[in-house]
Formats: sequence, C-alpha cells, structure tokens
Amino acid sequence: MQLTLWTYEGPPHVGAMRVATAMRGVHYVLHAPQGDTYADLLFTMIERRGERPPVTYTTFQARDLGGDTAQLFKDAAREAYARFQPQALLVGASCTAELIQDDPGGLAAALNLPVPVIPLELPAYQRKENWGAAETFYQLVRTLAVKPAQPRLRGTVPRCNLLGPTALGFRHRDDLREISQLITQLGIEINVIAPWHATPADLARLADADFNVVLYPEVAQTAAAWLSRSFSQPATRTVPIGVRATREFIAEVATLAGIDPDLASAQAHSRSTWYAESVDANYLTGKRVFVFGDATHAIAAARVAAQEFGFEVVGLGSYSREFGRELRAAAQDYGLEALITDDYLEVEAAMAAALPDLVLGTQMERHMAKRLGLPCAVVSAPVHVQDFPARHAPQMGFEGANVLFDTWVHPLMMGLEQHLLGMFRGDFEFHEDAAPSHLGHATPAATSSVAAVAPNAVAAAAAAVTAVTTAPADAAAATHSAHAADAAVGGDAAPIAVPIEPVTSTAPWSADAEQELRKIPFFVRAKARRNTEAYARIRSLPLITLETLYDAKAHFSR
Amino acid sequence: MSPVIPIQADVGCQDAPVLRERGQREVFCGLTGIIWLHRKMQDAFFLVVGSRTCAHLIQSAAGVMIFAEPRFATAILDERDLAGLADAQDELDRVVQRLLSRRPDIRLLFLVGSCPSEVIKLDLSRAASRLNQRFSPQVRVLNYSGSGIETTFTQGEDACLAALAPTLPSLPTVSVSSQPELMVVGALADVVEDQFQRLFQAMGLSRVSFFPSRSATNLPAVGPQTRFLLAQPFLGDTARALEARGAQRIAAPFPLGAEGSAAWMMAAAAAMGIDPDKAAQAIAPARERAEQALSVHRARLSGRRVFFFPDSQLEIPLARFLSRELGMQLVEVGSPYLHRTHLAEELALLPSGTFLSEGQDVERQLDRCRAARPDLVVCGLGLANPLEAEGMTTKWSIELVFTPIQGFEQAGDLAALFTRPLHRRQLLAA
Repeated sequence: MQLTLWTYEGPPHVGAMRVATAMRGVHYVLHAPQGDTYADLLFTMIERRGERPPVTYTTFQARDLGGDTAQLFKDAAREAYARFQPQALLVGASCTAELIQDDPGGLAAALNLPVPVIPLELPAYQRKENWGAAETFYQLVRTLAVKPAQPRLRGTVPRCNLLGPTALGFRHRDDLREISQLITQLGIEINVIAPWHATPADLARLADADFNVVLYPEVAQTAAAWLSRSFSQPATRTVPIGVRATREFIAEVATLAGIDPDLASAQAHSRSTWYAESVDANYLTGKRVFVFGDATHAIAAARVAAQEFGFEVVGLGSYSREFGRELRAAAQDYGLEALITDDYLEVEAAMAAALPDLVLGTQMERHMAKRLGLPCAVVSAPVHVQDFPARHAPQMGFEGANVLFDTWVHPLMMGLEQHLLGMFRGDFEFHEDAAPSHLGHATPAATSSVAAVAPNAVAAAAAAVTAVTTAPADAAAATHSAHAADAAVGGDAAPIAVPIEPVTSTAPWSADAEQELRKIPFFVRAKARRNTEAYARIRSLPLITLETLYDAKAHFSR
Repeated sequence: MSPVIPIQADVGCQDAPVLRERGQREVFCGLTGIIWLHRKMQDAFFLVVGSRTCAHLIQSAAGVMIFAEPRFATAILDERDLAGLADAQDELDRVVQRLLSRRPDIRLLFLVGSCPSEVIKLDLSRAASRLNQRFSPQVRVLNYSGSGIETTFTQGEDACLAALAPTLPSLPTVSVSSQPELMVVGALADVVEDQFQRLFQAMGLSRVSFFPSRSATNLPAVGPQTRFLLAQPFLGDTARALEARGAQRIAAPFPLGAEGSAAWMMAAAAAMGIDPDKAAQAIAPARERAEQALSVHRARLSGRRVFFFPDSQLEIPLARFLSRELGMQLVEVGSPYLHRTHLAEELALLPSGTFLSEGQDVERQLDRCRAARPDLVVCGLGLANPLEAEGMTTKWSIELVFTPIQGFEQAGDLAALFTRPLHRRQLLAA
C-alpha cells in the first residue's frame, strides 16, 4: 500500500483511453464499475473536446457481482459495436474488473464480431497511465500493421511515420503541427501519423515508410521497437525539444531519409538563441533550476536550461520509472543523482532542499513551488486545462524553443525591470505598498489569499467549480501566468484555503538583522528572508544575526 | 401571504410510472463526496483505501484538478496487498501511522472503502476499530464505503453521515415533558446554515443543531426528542441511522426556491409545535425577497424546456422548483436513485405526467435528449461539452451540488444558475 496525496499518472486504462480517443474508428469497451466514467471528463473538460471519448463502460454494481457480470460485458460489447460500428474494438478491464476476472478478451472473441478485437491486459495494480498508453498502441500496431509480401522499395521521396501523439497529451496537438511542418520542409513525406487521428486502416499501412519518428518515447517506443524488428524500420532517438535538440533531430532525420539537411530555412524563425544571448538576459546567468516531469520532458528541459539558457541544474527527476536508465545518464551530466519516484512527498522534500530560483515541473510541482514561494513553469504532464491553450504553443521544434524561452523566463523577475527598480529604489512610487502598475488602482493584494476566499467552507469548495475569481495570489506566485487560467477553472480556489503548517520552527531575527533586511529592496526582500531562514534552519542557529544574513547571502549567491 | 402551498387540481407524480434503466452511467461514485465533506468538517481527514484510479478520480474530478495538499489521501493497493489480506491490514496500519505523524492535526479519520477494497472484502470496520483503540482519544477512526459499485456521487455523503450517526452523543434521558429538539441534516454551506439558524430563531426555535457540524469534534446530540429535517434528498441511510437512535424525520419538500424553503421551514415549525402564523410571519420578509429575486428569472425561463440527466438526486426538487416557481417545462427528469418516501412531498408537487427516469443508459438517454431538443440540458461534466458541440445549452449539474443553493436568500442565485447558460448563448449568438 502506498500513501499518496497526489498521483502523477492515472491508471493504465486511462492510457488506453488516450490512445483510443486520439484515433478514429476505434472503440474501447471497458469492464468497469459505475464511477470509472469520471475519466470521460478528462477529455471533455480538461482537453475541451467536443465529443465524448469512444469508450463504453459496463458499469457493474455490487448486486451484479453475485450474478453474471460476464453477460453484462458481452451485452455492452455487442451494443457498442452495433451503435458505433468501429473498424476495430479494444476490450479490457479497469482495476476493479481485473479483480473479478471475467476475461474481456475471451468474452469479446466469443461474440464473433466482424472486426478485429484487441484484448488489452493492463495490470492496474502494477502499471500506470503511460505504460498503458504504450502497451495499447503497441497491441494496436502489432495486430493491425500488415507485413508486405515483399520488402519495401525506397521511392524517390523519403517517407516516415510520426508516432506517439495521443489525446490528453502535453501540447501534443501543437508539437505535431510543428514537427509535421519541419519534416515536410525537409522534403520528407509523412506516411502515417499515429495514434493521432489514425484509423485502423492507417495502421495497416505503417510498413509503407522508410523510418519512424518517435515523438514521445513514453507512448511510442514499444511500438517503434517492434516495427524496427518486424519491418526493419529504423526510428529516431532524439526528441526535438530545444534549439540544439531540434538541430540534432534534423540531422538524424536527414540521415535516416538519406538527404542533406537544410538547416537555414528550418530555423529562420528561431528567436530563442538570440534572446538568450542578448544583453538583458544577463540576469539569467547561473539561475538554479529544479526539473521534474515525465522522462522525455524532464531530460529535455534540463538540457535546454543548462546549454541554451545558462542555468544551473540543481535537481533532475521523473516519475517515469521505465526510463530510469536514460534519466540517470542525463543527471550525471550535471553532477546530480536522478530522483526517480512517483511519491509527491519525496519530490517536495527534494525541491525544498535544493531551494532553486526556478522550478520546471508539472502542475504538482507548481503547487509545491507556490508553497515554497518559488517561481515555476510547467513543462510536462499530468495535464491541466491550462495546458490546452487556445493559441499555438508547441514545446518541440524552433517555435517550441521560442515558447520555452517565454514561459520559463517570465516567472523569473524580468532582468531589465529588476535593474530599473534598483536604480529608482527610494523613489516615492516604488515603495513596497505601491500596487504594481498592471493592477491599476487596486489596493495591494492581501498577503494571505486565505482571507480572500469565501470564509465559509462549502462556498470555498463551490469556488473550485463555479469559477469564482480568486484574488491574485501572493506576489511571488503571481509572477506565474498560470493564475489567470487557474482562476478561470477555479483549480486554485480551494487549496489556497488549506492551512499550511510550518515544517519546522524558524529562528527569531535579531533587531539589527531585521533592520538590515529592510534595507534590501522590497522585491527581493521576501527571498532574502526565506533564504536566510532556510540557512539558519539547516544549521540549527538559535538566532538570526546580521552575520547570519550575510553568511546566507554569501551561501546562496553562487 | 399564505404559507400553505395552494392546492392544485394537478395530482402530482406520486404514483407516476418511472422509466428504470440499466446501462452505462455517467455518474460520479460516492468517493467524490469527500470533495465537499472535507471542506465542511475541517478537522476531519479522508483516507481512501483503493486503487490508483480512485486517487486519480478525486484529484481530477473535483475542480478538474485541485492541487496543493488537501485533507484527503489515497492508500493505493498494490499486488502485495491483493495476495494476502492479513498483510493488507498491517499495511493499512503502517499507512495510517505515516499519515498521522505527517498530519498531527487530524482528529477524525475516515477510512473510505472503494470498489477494489469492497471486491477483495478488505474489512475496514475491523481496521477502524483496531486503529481507534490504538490512537484514541487523540484520533477517532470511522469507516464507510464510497465505492462506485454501491454508491453514486452524493450517496458518499449519505454513507459518511450514516457512519457518524451512531457516534453522536445522546441527548439527556427523556422525560415525558421534555421539549423536542430540531436537527437539520445534510451538509450546507456555513452561510446558509447561519441564515436558517436566524430564521428558526425568529420563529421561536432556539434549540436547533446541524449535522454534520463544522467541527468533527463537536457533533450534535441525538435522542428520541430529536425531530430531524433533511436538507438534502440523498440521505436515506443517514435518516435510517438517526431513526435507530430514536429520532423522527419531519416530512417536507426540500429547501430549494421560495416555495420549497417556506414549506420546509413551516414543516419544521409544525413538528416543533410553533404557531403557524407566527412561523409564517418570521419567514415572511425573507420569502418576499426570494420571490422578488425569482421574478426577474421567471421572465427568462418561463416556457423553456429543460432536460435532467441523473447526477445528484437533487433533480426532483430542482425540477419542482423550475416548473412551479419559474414556469419551465420538464422534458425528462432523470435521477440516479428515487427515494419515494423522502421525496413524497416533492413528487406530489411535480406536474402530473412528468417523464421520470431512474438509473441510466446514457446512450439511450442521449438519443431521447437529442430527439427532444430541449432549451436547457442539466448534465454531468462528461456530457456537457459534447452536448454544447451539438448545439445544446447545458448546465453542469455538479455546480448545483457545490454552490450554496438552499434557502430564501439563495433562491435567486439558484435560478441564475439556469439563466446564465441561456443568457450566454444569446450573447454569443448576437
């Protein structure tokens, strides 16, 4: 038994749903109790899809358990086929149905449906969402891809498949557009994109390509490995996140396609490199970042942070245990030990210990960062409604690199602004009680937004759903643009009201130290206070003196 | 103004046929009740004993992802727990120990059963009593089931309160002359509770308690003098548990809308022996305000056709409110479960011939809905966007559970929940 307050990944059948929902002409019959239908709203509410996922649940109840749940499954499968007329049917069980051992595969086979029926064995008590997606995609490919009678002859134009994008994926929609464009620009034809919008008939012609582009190894690597074994199709290994990785990706793809890469035109619109080199980006130098996410995004984020922005990576971790080897190798480059865990509490402890300047993580790290008063940008699933922006916001390719620059740098105090504030310090407009200019004439936000949320309990919970606008959160966290979106979904309303217990007591400040602290500009004062207190705590100092303040400053100004 | 509901020629729906359907249901399981219960009882903690799916459900379903540390958690079962059950009990002890050392502020801990823990017959009541012995008096441990094979959505609150009911303190022993005491049952927003408290006081009722109370360590007493008034229609087991303690239920419609709230309060007054004129007088100003607030919405909603997918069991009282106070036409009123006794007063007020359905086969119900093309569809989150994409106007039913909607002062807000989507569609079409 594992105690979890939050989980990074859903159960494996949710991974299967992500693949089924991405495709066309596929239906998934899931043996599951009433209540498991909650998964539908991940797609309709978080991803804002205009259609329900193609899933039929058997919805068995306690009173069915003594009777014939197998019959219930057969009826549901038969009716789902009749109603939706899919080209292929996926069948499987959720965690509870796994326990009652009805064998959906065998039951569905007995129905003799005129389409391929693909049974999914997804052990819910061992595996998780991404594994479920990979296994589902692999089973679909294995069952449906047709091996040509004769080996494929290379055509005049090289051809590839794009593998990996699913429904409910972190920016998959936008990455796909970016990478399809790039591949086409290189003069390569795209044969099949899967699972995104592919039909079972499309999967049948996967063999008709020279190589595969693996966009998301978490989902597509198993299938790509099988395609490489069975059809001798090589696959790409580089994930094109960041400018350097995109260049490497282009080189890799060009080699596989047997063409000369045309880098110049491809990176015509790349701004992030120049932005990072420009003089006002000086303040980015050596910013300490903590990275946590799925393996692909975490490894890529660490690399971009270190090599393209000049940050110092002080923590790298992932919940993708399947990619432990890759993660450990990547962490070694930064002289770190990879944190491989799906325990939210462990990640929080590691983050608190590292005390970074910036956190690059998932939505969960964003909340941890908020508790610790650290700026944060979201770089990976689990997804939130704000990860499906209306605009085009890829992570991959050159445009993706531009997006990374914007979204990672904004949470940090803008360098130029910081210098100006320093120069005008003491000006009557720049005292700490002056409201920021973008807030108009509003009074400064209350230091604790607890008070801003309705004091009454149920109303606060109501706010979570009724999109009651929350007051801007405390200044440190408000730097993150996510808040607007959050207020719209109300995702933050309730948790803000949850009282947070201090982890350990903090040493008192001596009068002269307190006075010295006040001389520090107000916009960095909170951070100075926090760092000094953390410093004192780690060393179990009984009192924070003037000395401690400057010792801490020296310690953190690395 | 007459507090008595005008007698109509209409015979209501008390004996009306109900379409009972079995099939796929688009309804949350009882675990979701934790989302509002943990806000209501702020010193209680809910530990779901279940699978990764359960953990994923409560973090995704609630605010479509509320992160930050809440007062609920999941003990995720894994293969080792499924192999031997004795082991699972030890594991549970270990998890609870870890939780309590992390959160020493917990005073009341609910072990919440789920589908997998029910299917493997993990005995949570045994675990609760063992843990109770170990951690009392600092922590009290109770258990209930919020599993989807036994409960839908709001039934989770019912199961939780039913588990609490036997632990309520007893009222002092009854003497023949002892006065009845009023208990309002069902989680209400604090602001609503305070309004009711004031109105009861104005009627001359001072001994009113609320269950659940805001603090888990300060629960109301119950006994044969207790007359309880349900504030929610989904509290069947809780009512039974309170009746087992000698309390008596006051039959009434539910406090939604001006008429519903008045009837609900007047039923309490009658049961407590308050002079009806005095009671009516006490609530008159609030009732008038509510009616005034509703008149604006009536103009917008009157004659519009509304379709209810089943969700929270609030559907029947809501339909009654919409049809009688706002003039809406009821196309279909679906409810996950229909408690005939507790809803008798409500059913009597529904226009006769109302199409009632219980349970769900979502595909067939969608077919009926598409064929009927109602002006407004009240449905769960899984269906709302797809129906909007088909050109229908929807209201998320979950909002009706999470928003304070009971009582006179909220009548206008409740109506506004239905006018807003229609108004929005109008604005966007213009």
